[in-house]
Parts: sequence; structure tokens; C-alpha cells
Amino acid sequence: MWRDALLVAAKDLRIEMRSRVVANQVLPFAGLTLVLFAFALDADPTVLHATGGGLFWVAVLFATVLAVQRSVGVESSNGEAGEGLRMAGIDPAGIFLGKSAAIGAQLIALEAVLTIAVAILYHLRIQGVAILAAAAILGTAGLAAAGTIYGALSASSRVRETLLPLLFLPVVAPVLLSAARAWQLALAGHPGPGAAWLRFLGMFAVVYMVTGTLAYESIMEDG
Amino acid sequence: MTTQKVALRSVGIASVVGTGLTVWLGLWVTPPDRFMGNLVRLVYIHPGVAWVAFLAFGVTAVASALYLWKRTRDLRWDRLAGASAEVGVVFTGLTLVSGSLWGRPTWGVWWTWDPLLTTTSLLFLLYLGYLTLRKASAGPDVRARRCSVAALVAVVDVPIVHFSVLWWRSLHQPPTVLNPTLTPEIHGQMAWTLLLGFVSLSLAYAWMTAMRYRNAALEDAHETQWLAEALAERRAEGGVSPLPTPVPAEASSR
Repeated sequence: MWRDALLVAAKDLRIEMRSRVVANQVLPFAGLTLVLFAFALDADPTVLHATGGGLFWVAVLFATVLAVQRSVGVESSNGEAGEGLRMAGIDPAGIFLGKSAAIGAQLIALEAVLTIAVAILYHLRIQGVAILAAAAILGTAGLAAAGTIYGALSASSRVRETLLPLLFLPVVAPVLLSAARAWQLALAGHPGPGAAWLRFLGMFAVVYMVTGTLAYESIMEDG
Repeated sequence: MTTQKVALRSVGIASVVGTGLTVWLGLWVTPPDRFMGNLVRLVYIHPGVAWVAFLAFGVTAVASALYLWKRTRDLRWDRLAGASAEVGVVFTGLTLVSGSLWGRPTWGVWWTWDPLLTTTSLLFLLYLGYLTLRKASAGPDVRARRCSVAALVAVVDVPIVHFSVLWWRSLHQPPTVLNPTLTPEIHGQMAWTLLLGFVSLSLAYAWMTAMRYRNAALEDAHETQWLAEALAERRAEGGVSPLPTPVPAEASSR
């Protein structure tokens, strides 16, 4: 299972390295969201300062939806590439973990760039780096796992693009809530209470990793 | 009329009569509350409606698990899950509306970001997504498998959403009947009206779910039959002898 996961993750990342869809389209989109938030909030420095952590995570959530669409898209393009993976005898749990890992890795890279963007655009002083990084890693693991499950559930549906956000966003609302709180606290210079939110993010990630590993075979049965 | 139909009709009539009685008792017979005044009358409906919503989603989860478990795999479980979720979404909507009606005079606002309200609204959206997935999936078997997984994932999410939001903020009225010591702080007439409300709304749930279930079975049977007829026509066009018309398994097992 782990070997299969590595193979699938490497495949997805190689596709991204060559096509650069996430780097050239999803990342600029997330950056654009940050600029639009500033317009909506009248670029008020006090408001942006107070809400920067939350806005960052909303941008990440939108980017996740696109990254998941892309991840599902590479399997359904070229005929039925996903079917090919199954025919090659790759463990469904391995496919799930591999695709989640690839989405997670892309999101972490995207978050690193977005962090610099919020620091500059919203005049945020980046502090409590340990909490920020831990929240980003745990939150992203949860988003990637849940995203991969819902991506597969909505795949091959005629209305995939509109269905995925409706299914996925309510489920990951707790990640937004916890990660945004952890970031707000850390950025405000009170990282202490943020640790409690980290445990929550960790739990969410574990629950969805396990659920996905167990359920992916049932989802893929129909191809 | 078959026994099944008679039973279904009786449940329907009992739920309508029971709900009517609850309205009559709640609005005219029971006294106003010492503290809340006439606002208390919403209590005869609101918790009952919320209970049905949770019951419905519980049934959806159990039916989905039974479908996914290979030994009990049967499309009937999937239809039950879908029918129950449909009723659950309606009742969650009613919970939000009735809670809002109570919140306006009590808290001064139609909406507040209190944990129970926030959880319920997310629950509403979560199952709305589930119902959309049901409509979007092609073919009963694919739909059943995907939606069963989606229903179980949704159920896993409910406590997570609840605790995250609970942690986030809290200002809701603590439960009155099921408080930790389990001693109902409510008396006589009011308690009976509340109980009648719970029972009639649960009957309404059973009746509505049964009706939706029947519709889903008919829709699936219709689809199977349509496909069989279309196949037979194409074979006739090509001069191939028609296949023996399959009796839709689901139609015969109804």
C-alpha cells in the first residue's frame, strides 16, 4: 500500500511539474482572492490585520477545491486513466494516500507563497512560526484527505465542478475554523492557546485519512 | 387494499391528527410559561422537529452502512437512506426556521452564531450536498455505493463540526427535558403536549419516509423497464429476436 501510495504521489507531482496547472493557475487565483478580500474590506489595515489569518485560510480552502478538481481531472482525462490505475493492480488505499499526499504537497507549497503574500499585503508580522507551520501541515493533511474522498465521490458526474464545492466545503468547515483560530492567535502574539486547536486539526486529519483509506475501495468499485 | 397500505395510511392519519392535537393543546389549552410567556408554545414543536431531523440522519447512516456491508447489500437500504435524508433535510430546515422564530424575541436577533445553530446550519448544507450527489450519480448501483460512503463520511463529520463550533462559542439554552440529571423540569399538561408533539412528528417522519421510499422504488423500476423496452426496440429494428423481458428485481420485491 505504501509503495503504491508513493508511486501515485510521484506520478501526480510529475504531472504537475510538467503541466504547472496548480502553479500557474491555482496559485495566482489564491493570490487574487487575497487582493479581492482587501478590496471588499476597504483595505482597512486594522481590519486586515485582525482577520488576516482567517482570510488566508479561506483562500487556501478555495485553492483546495481547484487542486482537488485538477487531481480528479488528471484521472478522467485521456479516456479513463483512473481505470488504468485499478487495472494495474494498484491498491485503492494506496491510490487514496498517494493522491492525498500529492494534493497536500502542492497545497503546502502554495501556502508558503500565500503566507509571504499576506505578510506583505496585510502588513502582518509573521510570528509564532512553529504554530503557524504545525497548523498549516495538520490542516492541509485534513483538507487533502477530505478533498480526495469528495473528489472521488463527485468524479465522473456530469456536474462535478459545481457538486464538489457543495459537498466538500461544509465538511471542512471545522478545519477552517480551527486553523484560522490557531493562526489568528499566533499572529497576534499569543501562540499558547493555539496549541489546543492544533490537536483538533490533527484529529480531523487522522479521522479523514482513516476513513479514506477504508472507503476508497468502495468508491472506486464502479470506476 | 393490502395490509401494508392500510398500515401506511393509518400512520399518516395518526400523524396528522396528532400534530393537529399538539397545535391545539400548545396554542390554546396549555398555560403560558412564568418566564417565557407565550413564547414557550414553540417548545411543543421545535425540539420535536429537531429530534426528527437527527433521527432521520441516524436512519440514513445505519441504512448506508447496511448497504455497504456486503452481506446485507440491497438497493432497498440505499432507497431508505435517500428517503430518510430527504425528510431529514426538510426537518432540519424547519428546525432552523422555528429556532429563528424563537430567537428573534428571546435574543433580539433572527440569527446568532451559537454552537447549536451553527452546527444545525452546517448539517443542513452537508445533507443538501448528499441529496445533490444522489441526483447527480448515474445508475442505481453507482449512486448507492457513492452515496452510502458520502452518508457515512457526513455522519463522521457531525460530531467534529459540533465540537469545533462548541469550542468556538457558546450561548444556547441548555436542554430542558434531557438535562444531565435526567429529571424533566417541566410539568403536567405541558409535558404531555410536548410528548404528543414528539410522537406525532416521529409518525409524520415514518409516513413521509415510507412515501418517498415508495417513489424511489417506482423511479428505479421505471428506469429499468425503460431500458429493457429500448433494448427490445433496437433489437427488433435489427431483426434480432427480442430478449426475454426481465422482470425488474426491485419491482417484484416491493
